[in-house]
Amino acid sequence: MIVRRIGTWPNWDWRSQFEEIERMRRLLESMSGPMIREPSAGVFPLMNVTEDSDSYYVRAELPGIRTEDLEISVTGNGISISGERKIPDAGTDAVYHRKERDAGRFSRMLSLPGQIDSAKAEADVADGVLTVVLPKSETAKPRQIAIKTA
Amino acid sequence: MLDMETKSLQAKEKAEVTSSAEHTRPGPTFVPAVDIFENEKELNLLADMPGVKASDLHIGIKENILTLSGYASPPEKSDETDILREYRVGKYFREFTLSEMIDQNKIEAQLKDGVLKLRLPKVESARPRKIEVKTN
Repeated sequence: MIVRRIGTWPNWDWRSQFEEIERMRRLLESMSGPMIREPSAGVFPLMNVTEDSDSYYVRAELPGIRTEDLEISVTGNGISISGERKIPDAGTDAVYHRKERDAGRFSRMLSLPGQIDSAKAEADVADGVLTVVLPKSETAKPRQIAIKTA
Repeated sequence: MLDMETKSLQAKEKAEVTSSAEHTRPGPTFVPAVDIFENEKELNLLADMPGVKASDLHIGIKENILTLSGYASPPEKSDETDILREYRVGKYFREFTLSEMIDQNKIEAQLKDGVLKLRLPKVESARPRKIEVKTN
């Protein structure tokens, strides 16, 4: 079951607390279906971040945003995504019945748990979903340590 | 006074629906945000459906009900583990009642960059017509 590390509580930073909450939420979700939840950052675009042993993957849903209106920059352990969503004018004779899609500028920063090799970062947009692949720098990669036997 | 500055986008959690019929595929179902506008000739519908491929999008018309349904498959590979999860992916579903004035045989659909664009032309008789008043 869930074991809380109360003993180490004063040493928690926001990230580990967040991870703990997120882990609990996913555990609960897997047991009893989805829970209602607020956006964790509340800044557009909402992001999903995953990792494997080589890279971090940052994903965001950006429907209808052209690549030329998108700016992505990468630093040591952070990524910044900014841009503008433009919605073409419907014409002067058009009458709106519904207008739920928003246009506007956005800008968001996100820091990753480890250092990244910014020179090898790659970004791609497919079907309105942005995927940024950020290879981990050599120091941040998990390393297998061979045990020497005498 | 008009606000001349470009509005900044707000983060929005996707609106989820709970349908009465049970889905065969588990996972959440969202309501896509739409814009609908019309001019003299046609009705236009734009729907945000990020992550949906054309092959996973279904547009159906039955008895004046226009149904949009799509499925966005999770993009993650099996060996990726989560660090942060702010949005969920799943199905999109929304229905609209069309009026008689849409020419259902001439509907055109285009899916580009996660946005579905539907063009629903009006039947000839439904287009507004200017009536000239004759004076003798």
